[in-house]
Amino acid sequence: MTHAPILLSLRDLPLRVSASIAAVVPRSADDRIAQRLEELGFVPGERVRVVAHGPLGAEPIAVQLGFTRFALRRAEAERVMLNAQSVESPATRTGQP
Amino acid sequence: MSAATAARDLTAHLALVGNPNCGKTALFNRLTGSRQKVANYTGVTVERKEGRFIGPSGRRFRILDLPGAYSLQPKSPDEAVTRAVCLGELASEPLPDVLIAVVSATNLRLHLRFALEVRALGRPMVLVLNMMDEARRLGMQIDREALARELGVPVVEAIAVQHDGAQALVELLDQGVPPVPTVATPPDLHAETARLLGRTVTFSDTVSLRDERLDAVLLHPVWGPLVLAALLLLMFQAVFSWAGPLMEGIKSGMAWLTDLVNGVLPEGPLRGLLTDGVIAGAGGVLVFLPQILILFLFILALEESGYLPRAAFLLDRLMVGAGLSGRSFIPLLSSFACAVPGIMATRSIQHPRDRLVTILVAPLMTCSARLPVYALLIGAFIPDRAVGGVFNLQGLVLFTLYVAGIASAVLVSMVLKRWFSGQGDTEQPLLLELPAYRLPNPRDLAIGLLERARIFVRRVGTIILSLTVLLWGLGSFPAPPEGATGAAISYSFAGMIGHALEFVFAPIGFNWQICIALVPGMAAREVVVGALATVYALSDTSEAATQQLAGLIGAQWGLPTALSLLAWFVFAPQCISTLAVIRRETNSVRTVWLSAAYLTTLAYGAAFLTFHMASALTGA
Repeated sequence: MTHAPILLSLRDLPLRVSASIAAVVPRSADDRIAQRLEELGFVPGERVRVVAHGPLGAEPIAVQLGFTRFALRRAEAERVMLNAQSVESPATRTGQP
Repeated sequence: MSAATAARDLTAHLALVGNPNCGKTALFNRLTGSRQKVANYTGVTVERKEGRFIGPSGRRFRILDLPGAYSLQPKSPDEAVTRAVCLGELASEPLPDVLIAVVSATNLRLHLRFALEVRALGRPMVLVLNMMDEARRLGMQIDREALARELGVPVVEAIAVQHDGAQALVELLDQGVPPVPTVATPPDLHAETARLLGRTVTFSDTVSLRDERLDAVLLHPVWGPLVLAALLLLMFQAVFSWAGPLMEGIKSGMAWLTDLVNGVLPEGPLRGLLTDGVIAGAGGVLVFLPQILILFLFILALEESGYLPRAAFLLDRLMVGAGLSGRSFIPLLSSFACAVPGIMATRSIQHPRDRLVTILVAPLMTCSARLPVYALLIGAFIPDRAVGGVFNLQGLVLFTLYVAGIASAVLVSMVLKRWFSGQGDTEQPLLLELPAYRLPNPRDLAIGLLERARIFVRRVGTIILSLTVLLWGLGSFPAPPEGATGAAISYSFAGMIGHALEFVFAPIGFNWQICIALVPGMAAREVVVGALATVYALSDTSEAATQQLAGLIGAQWGLPTALSLLAWFVFAPQCISTLAVIRRETNSVRTVWLSAAYLTTLAYGAAFLTFHMASALTGA
């Protein structure tokens, strides 16, 4: 694609910053983790926000998605690709989840 | 209408299906009260909860509380059962007449998607909007009638934690089986969910501020672990000290019962069977019940409040380092009271490998049954003196024994992890929902506590009771010959086994008295104390006898032998009920042998090292 948006993975999204999901990228044809992420609502267009880091090595991370919070390890979060243009830091964030 | 369909019309089969944390179980409790039956689905260790209730018109209902699921594409044994029951694929379960899809009104984006999957099955269905009180508090408005129209299925509101909270559902079900949904389900369930929400729900734009604030503290990298540590400390305090008076009460009750039997029955095998077999056996189980109930109460309250997944979040990295996962935390924590409920709690670990590793290391957590043995040996051999001003040497030794158990659990699970990864093991996800915080509902706590207590008593009671009777037989027959001078037990089968085993245990410093005591001690660890008292021909096992016993063994055994026995108890699978529960929970005799073998090997190795190092150091 020539106009591919700049992508960033949920793994690297800083604390308290939100962004919208571009895609969930499976690691293999039968990636059950990617499948489950999609079932949990990690689908293009939804906004996610990192709300907490684990105490050791900032692992795992807690993510707000809609009205739900999930704990994910970074290896799992790596599958969730975000639109870099959609990133909002806490200062500019409105009340939206 | 045939007789069969008439009978079926009398009792409608319902199944509650929904995401985890949708309040499904609270709704189940609301509908059925205490008329519940908890067992397993045939052939799998997935909990099956069934209840009954009667509608206002006298219609009878049987209702299944299916395991929570995120999708009908199963990722765990629980979810596979939910799918199989909904599709009528499980031979032991009838196809439900009505599927009751439960969604939390506060989490519609996630839950409605799954409800759409359920609707696509084309079975008669009702949608329950649960937790309506919470949704209103969050300022949400849901157009129930519009949602029912769009979905093509009846929609009712419910507040499962409120007295009349399920009335609308009961009235609807009482009118008869709802029709099969008429609306076709489009392939993109997320898009359809978004469309439905856009048409029927007005969200206020605030995320729950209360939860946000709570998580800011409870998931904080510094405050989070501190709060968790404080909670665990409180829990241990409760389990080990609040339970004390109750346990004493049960003990004296058992002593009273023994006296009663002794007064009524003449001395002989029947009296021995009743007092040493049945009462001692049942007492051995019941005495731990207060601890286990307090432990369960804490765990249930933490579970209901939504805190447990947060604890798993905080500990996940640590547990992964040890070859486990955050989800292993609760089972291992429970194992400090008793490995039996700990192993039963591993059901919440979805991945089979993580679950197996947790089951294998759970017996290494120092359970409370080891305490009487530790107390006897430490009291007899370790001087009661201060170390470094603040610590007490006896306390330090006890602490070391706890740490030895935890450290060996870490080592064992690391080894097992390497072993499994050599077998082409795949990535294990954490992917844990952190549900909204809730105040635990006392009624649900009480029902949950009763249920777990019942399972525990039934399971362990039958196993321990039958085994103590068997071991009592081994320890009582044959009777000593005329004019025998030693303790009666040393002439029995147990005595013969003990004497025969002496050469096996001599290298780790055990004398024949210990070997004999280990035989009845297979029933439960604390039985060893009583058995030692019997071997040393002390007539009763009361407090005074324990004191007396401590003096006796303190004079007769060397320190290396005592330390070796302590090391043995850190590891040894001296508990038939644990092994029996492993058998039940894994459906595998191989796993039982594997755990018994590795624990015995570790016990022998540790005792051997301890004995010889202590012998060298003390110059004995």
